[in-house]
Amino acid sequence: MKHISKAFLLGAALAVAACSNANRFDDDMVGQDAAATRIDNGIIPGSVNDPRAPAYFNQTIGDRVFFEVDQSTLTAQARATLDAQAQWLTTNSDYLAVIEGHADEQGTREYNIALGARRANTVMEYLISRGIPANRLKFISYGKERPVEICSEEACYSKNRRSVTIISQGLTG
Amino acid sequence: MKAILVPVLTWLGLLASAALSLWFGILATPVLAQDGPLRIEITEGVIEPMPYAVPAFVAETDGAAAFTEEVSRVVADDLNGTGLFREIPRDAHISRISSFNAPVPFADWKAINAQALVTGAVSTDANGRVVVKFRVWDVFAGQELGQGMQFVSTPDGVRRLAHKVADQVYSRLTGEAPYFDSRVVFISETGPKNERVKRMAIMDYDGANVQYLTNGASIVLAPRFSPDGSRILYTSYETGFPAVHVLNVGDVQSRILQPNDGVMSFAPRFSPDGATVVYSLTQGSNTDIWAMDIASATPRRLTASPAIETAPSYSPDGSQIVFESDRSGTQQLYIMPASGGEATRISFGQGRYGTPVWSPRGDLIAFTKQNAGRFHIGVMRTDGSEERLLTASFLDEGPTWAPNGRVIMFSRETQGAQGASALYSVDISGRNLKRVRTPAGASDPSWGPLQ
Repeated sequence: MKHISKAFLLGAALAVAACSNANRFDDDMVGQDAAATRIDNGIIPGSVNDPRAPAYFNQTIGDRVFFEVDQSTLTAQARATLDAQAQWLTTNSDYLAVIEGHADEQGTREYNIALGARRANTVMEYLISRGIPANRLKFISYGKERPVEICSEEACYSKNRRSVTIISQGLTG
Repeated sequence: MKAILVPVLTWLGLLASAALSLWFGILATPVLAQDGPLRIEITEGVIEPMPYAVPAFVAETDGAAAFTEEVSRVVADDLNGTGLFREIPRDAHISRISSFNAPVPFADWKAINAQALVTGAVSTDANGRVVVKFRVWDVFAGQELGQGMQFVSTPDGVRRLAHKVADQVYSRLTGEAPYFDSRVVFISETGPKNERVKRMAIMDYDGANVQYLTNGASIVLAPRFSPDGSRILYTSYETGFPAVHVLNVGDVQSRILQPNDGVMSFAPRFSPDGATVVYSLTQGSNTDIWAMDIASATPRRLTASPAIETAPSYSPDGSQIVFESDRSGTQQLYIMPASGGEATRISFGQGRYGTPVWSPRGDLIAFTKQNAGRFHIGVMRTDGSEERLLTASFLDEGPTWAPNGRVIMFSRETQGAQGASALYSVDISGRNLKRVRTPAGASDPSWGPLQ
C-alpha cells in the first residue's frame, strides 16, 4: 500500500515539475523520493523553492558572485553566496561544477582572460576550502568575450565582472 | 627619350601561394645618370603629399582590356592610402598614354604638376596568364626612376600584380621597404556584444579577398601569422577550454599545440625563425609565459612570478621577449631574454600598458595603453623612451606592424550596447588614421609578411 501511494505521489510530482520547468525534468529524477515526500509541504519539486533542485542553486542561492574593478578578491557578499554554494554541493554530491570567470570590457583581451582565470580560480579555491573535492571542480576564463550586460557603463560592467558556477550532474549519482 | 623594351631579362624568383603563382622580372632599360633622384622623405612632421599621376594602363592584347582598369585603380589606391601621395585625377591629365613604349611628353605632366608618373601596360599570354609592365618617371628630371619591371600571374592574381607594382613605386619614391602585397589574418565579428560570433578570416591588407578559416561555432581569438605566412597561431575554445591552436594556411587544417585538459593557454606568437611559440599558460590563479619548440613539443617556462604575465612578443633577432605583467600592481611592459630570466621594466608613464609588439625593424615597440578611461595605441623605443600615442578612443587595442614597420593596424570597438569592432590603420607618425574595409565587424588583426 505504501508503495502504491508513493508511486502516485511521484507521478504527481513529476507532472508538476514538468509543468513548472520542463527543462529540469531530467534533473528532478535524482530527487524523486525527497520531492515525493515534500510535495505535501507546498514545495514544488525542481523549483527555486526545492533545495535539491539546480534551480534552487542557480536562483535561490545564486550561481554567480561579482568583483570590483581589476580585483579577484571575494567580497563578504560573495563569500556568503559561495558558502551556500558549497553547502549545496556537499549535499548534492553527485554534481560537478565548472566555474566561469569573466571580465568587463575595460581591458585588453589577453589581460582579461588572465583576470577572469584569477577570479574563477579564487572561487574554486574557496569552494575547495569549504570541503568540495577538487576533482569535482574546474574553472575556465572567458575574459571579456561573454558579457551578460552590453551597455558601456558601470551598471553593466559590475554585472559582467563575475564568476558563474555552472553545475552539472556527474556519473556517480 | 627612347625606351627599348626587351623580353624579360632576369628571372628574379618564383613566388608561390596557395591561390596563384606569380613571377616577376626586370625589363632592360637604358641606364640614365641620375643625381638626386625623386624622393619623398618620411619624417615625423606633417608632410605635403607628393602629387603623382597613374594614367590608365595600356591594354596590349584583346584579353587584357578587362584588367587594365583594375590594375591601375589598385596601384593608385595603394599609393593614395599611404597618405604620402596625392593622385592627380585622370580628368586633369593633358596627354594620354596610348603606347607603353612611346616617349613620355614630360611637359604635359609638368603642366599639371605631377612630380611622379606611373605608366603601365597589361597583356595576356598564350597560357592565359596576365602580364603587367610598368615604369616610374621623375617628371621634372625627365628621367625614368629605376628600371621597368613586369609581373606575371594567373588572372585570379591580378590584384596581387597591382600591389607588386605599387610596392615598387612606393619603394622607389620613399626609399622604404614595401608592404602592399601582404595579407592580414583577423577575427570577423557578427552579432550583438553578448552573443558575438567570431570567425577567423584572412584577407589582403586592403580588405580584398576575404576567406574564412573557422566556422564560428567556437570562440576564436588573436590569430598570429608565422614569419613566412604559412601558418597561423590562434586561441580557440573548441575543446571547451581556451587553447593555442596552429593552422596551416595552405590546407586550412589545424591542431591543438599542447593538448592539456583543464589548462588554459592563449596569447601565442611565433619566434622570428618560426620554430618556437611563446604563449601564456594559466595554472591556478597564475598566468605565466612559456615557450615551446614546435617540432619537439617541449614546453619551457620563462616567467615564474605570481602575477599575470601575458602578451609576449619576440624581438626581430629572436634574442629578447617583450611582454606585459602586473607584478608592479598594474599592467606594465617588460623585456627579458628569450630564454627567460630577469626582466627589465620599460614603461613608466601614466596608466596601464598591454599587448606590446616588437616592430620588424627592431627599434620600436607598439602597445595598447589605458589611461583615464581612454585607450590608445602607442609606440616607444625599446628602452621605453620617446613614448608617442598615435590614437585615442573608447577602446583601441591589439596593434600589429606592417611588414616594413611604417604602419600599424589595430582594433577599435565603439562604445555602448550597439558597440562594434572594426580594424583601423595608422602611420607610426600618428598621421593617416583610417578604417580598413571588412565585410562585417573585425578585431585582432595580425599583419603577415610581404608575399
